[in-house]
Amino acid sequence: IEKLPGLGRTPLLFFISMLAHSSMIQYDTSLLELTGLENEIKLAIDKLSVWAAPRAVERSILTLSDQVYVRPQPLGVVLIIGAWNYPWALTLGPLVGAIAAGNAAVVKPSELSECSSLLLRALLPRYLDKDLYPVVTGGVSETQELLRQRWDHVFYTGSSSVGRLVMEAAAAHLTPVTLELGGKSPCYIHSDCNIRVVARRITWGKFVNCGQTCIAPDYVLCEPSVQNQLIDCIRLTLLEFYGADPKSSPDYGRIINQRHFNRILSLMEGYVPVIGGQSDASQRYIAPTVLRDVPPQSRLMQEEIFGPVLPLVAVSDIDDAIRFINEREKPLALYVFCTDQKGIEKMLEETTSGGVLVNDVLMHYTLSSLPFGGVGHSGMGSYHGKHSFEQLSHMRSCLVRSLAMESVNLSRYPPQDRRRGRIRAYRGWGIGGEPLTQKWSD
Amino acid sequence: MSREELVVQRARKAFQTGKTKPLELVTERKKEIADSLKKDLGKSERCTELFETLGCEGEIRLALQHLSDWAAPRPVEKTLMTLVDQAYVQPQPLGLVLIIGAWNYPWAVTLQPLVGAIAAGNAAIIKPSEVSSHSARAMEELLPLYLDTDLYPVVTGGVSETQELLRQRWDHVFYTGSSSVGRLVMEAAAAHLTPVTLELGGKSPCYIHSDCNIRVAEDHVGKFVNCGQTCISPDYVLCEPSVQSRLLEEVRECIKEFYTENPKGFEDYGRIINQRHFRRIMGLMEGSTVALGGDCDEADCYIGPTVLKDVSADSKVMKEEIFGPVLPIISVSGVDQAIQFISDREKPLVIYVFTEDKKIIQRMIADTSSGALLANDCLVHFTVSTLPFGGVGHSGMGCYKGKHTFDQLSHLRSCLIKSSSLESVNSLRYPPHTQRKINWLRLLLLKQIDLKKLRRFTMITALMGLTAFIVQVTGVHRQTDLDTSEGQVFRAVAKPPQPAAI
Repeated sequence: IEKLPGLGRTPLLFFISMLAHSSMIQYDTSLLELTGLENEIKLAIDKLSVWAAPRAVERSILTLSDQVYVRPQPLGVVLIIGAWNYPWALTLGPLVGAIAAGNAAVVKPSELSECSSLLLRALLPRYLDKDLYPVVTGGVSETQELLRQRWDHVFYTGSSSVGRLVMEAAAAHLTPVTLELGGKSPCYIHSDCNIRVVARRITWGKFVNCGQTCIAPDYVLCEPSVQNQLIDCIRLTLLEFYGADPKSSPDYGRIINQRHFNRILSLMEGYVPVIGGQSDASQRYIAPTVLRDVPPQSRLMQEEIFGPVLPLVAVSDIDDAIRFINEREKPLALYVFCTDQKGIEKMLEETTSGGVLVNDVLMHYTLSSLPFGGVGHSGMGSYHGKHSFEQLSHMRSCLVRSLAMESVNLSRYPPQDRRRGRIRAYRGWGIGGEPLTQKWSD
Repeated sequence: MSREELVVQRARKAFQTGKTKPLELVTERKKEIADSLKKDLGKSERCTELFETLGCEGEIRLALQHLSDWAAPRPVEKTLMTLVDQAYVQPQPLGLVLIIGAWNYPWAVTLQPLVGAIAAGNAAIIKPSEVSSHSARAMEELLPLYLDTDLYPVVTGGVSETQELLRQRWDHVFYTGSSSVGRLVMEAAAAHLTPVTLELGGKSPCYIHSDCNIRVAEDHVGKFVNCGQTCISPDYVLCEPSVQSRLLEEVRECIKEFYTENPKGFEDYGRIINQRHFRRIMGLMEGSTVALGGDCDEADCYIGPTVLKDVSADSKVMKEEIFGPVLPIISVSGVDQAIQFISDREKPLVIYVFTEDKKIIQRMIADTSSGALLANDCLVHFTVSTLPFGGVGHSGMGCYKGKHTFDQLSHLRSCLIKSSSLESVNSLRYPPHTQRKINWLRLLLLKQIDLKKLRRFTMITALMGLTAFIVQVTGVHRQTDLDTSEGQVFRAVAKPPQPAAI
């Protein structure tokens, strides 16, 4: 089973490259979905021998002459449940890790991104072994049936409410899970920033994929004085990015389906937007929208927006912002725009989140050496790069001794009185002692 | 509000005040701990020291020494795009941890996770097992004398109290015990999306190859430590029939040597935890041939060191984890059949293999899976705190010991700190998109930079440049020498004499 990576990874790379260079694919897709995937595959191919090698650990005095190491092993069969917002990246990304770790995997793409899941089902078997990596499509009942089976690991990307059900189903079989969930990712803007630059970064991060990104800045926290400037800069930036009519821009997306379209519109009810607000149900189009002075207890602030609507919430200062963030569930990402080093440290020290990015948005996703995952309601476990490999492996402790050196062992055999052994011997044995910095290769 | 709810609320409030940030740890009261263990499990004082408190002391000392390293930011490799940024992983406390202990090593498996919880900066509620009731009571009395009672309260009780605790919301649940209860713990945790560490059990096989010195091998088979009530004790032995007969002889000798002719009267031989387990273990022996021991005393919860021979794969004793001083021996034709036997069953917490043949050890490692694998010894991997201790499949999820406990009970938060300059680079990603912009971006994102190699390369280049410069300078210096007095003499001597003017 350890030979699997050799079988699977190169065909997968061809597959992704083919998609990337297809003229039918929009730029956004290439940038956001496929580049990241290519990166993951290239990295896995380059580094697999290093990741999969036994890892020596520090030894104690009594284990000096032994082989002491941790050896990564496949878990077995992994279930990967993808999401609809980035159907390729979020389904194939974990698959790369599963294959690299030597597992078999069943891939269940989201039925909401119907075209992508059908295409995946048609194409993947042409590049990967269909017994080892079958694609199973279907809706809620098919997913529930899959979850009733016994897996060695379940990797789920999606909402917190379904995440609970996935973990509950996994508990019946004592199956470990990785849950990449969501939440409301706050974006704090300190008054000392260059608002023009901040506005461009936030605008890009919020409205890419029409706000349907798990790490999109969900809402903005800033002082009232900053709000005015921010609104003006966002307006200018939107013009620059999507032109006067975003509806006709090739780079502006649509909402995935009618249900989500209605959901987002209903969240906007009762507000007069300072920017945008227009919509077209026939196209599931919602214009880039900004709302100001949104009350903290509003419905808009209760659930993850997952749409092109940016609420601005007024706070009095950084302490107020920290308090606001800590009163709520731990988010998947926290964004801080601040040039003052002390302010940055304070924010980082006094809050928690899956990941934190200072002075930009989304980009921590692209650095595969950073573990990508949530905490609390935003998820458990992490992946990307080497972390995917480790998440989907079992790190098995190995201690290989020799049957010689018997005299040293005498101290631990009964009768445990002073005749046979002394506490000093026990300490030397390593219990209660410091491991020496001796590597296996020494 | 229930008692458990109140306790949780207080601990959460205490955590939020930031009291956990400074770290202080407990010193143990060895006498009281030993007394409680004697009453629960018949453990002798030395056994307590060896198997319970020494491990705890080791964990605490390790944490004290290394905490600043463990808690420090951990830098990561960067790409061209992030070259000038700060990218690192910062460990953070999770918040409130529930630690549910077990009864077989009540102090070790309850306090060792607590050390990690405290080190990681969490608050923790400790729920010792009610089955080891004396130890639970001792913990309830002693811990508050050393640890903050709001941050680290001890909650005792039985099944219903544990269920009530599990209904609360935690930031992590650390459970040591059986697989069946492990399922319930994970199910309860799922309702709150709480991550769990489950240290469970299973039947840990012990394969003894025909090539090894049976006498020495037998010494290592730590079956009867704590009367077999150890999650990593070798549950059953697999060996060839010829090995079995030799093994029986050696075990007989070993038992006599370790526990004397009368184990019952011997201080270092323990007792079964309670009568329910006593009856359970005695029931497991039904239908199998007793080759050694088999003596028992229900009133004293005593079962003598017992070996069963020629045990069949579908016998009662092979259906569940024995957790008692009964060692079944199953005949296999060789290592292939042993591997098949092991792989047909649930993944165990540990696999033991006794052989001097390295190839056999490698085959066992490659063709089976288990929490851990130990060759030519038993139990001791638990003492190596650099090895992650945990199960896989039905034997558990997550791991701990040493730094692993700290990492398990922390949130490893990704941090990327960019500057607000370099906006021109960022403009590559903004719409309107063009293929040219995308191509540039791909270059910047896909190229991983090995900073160490880059630094080494830069240093070597700089050194070479410096060397070249020095060589140049000394060359010039040699040229300048010619202007000194020696140089003039040299030049005079070197210049050919001018012919005299006619």
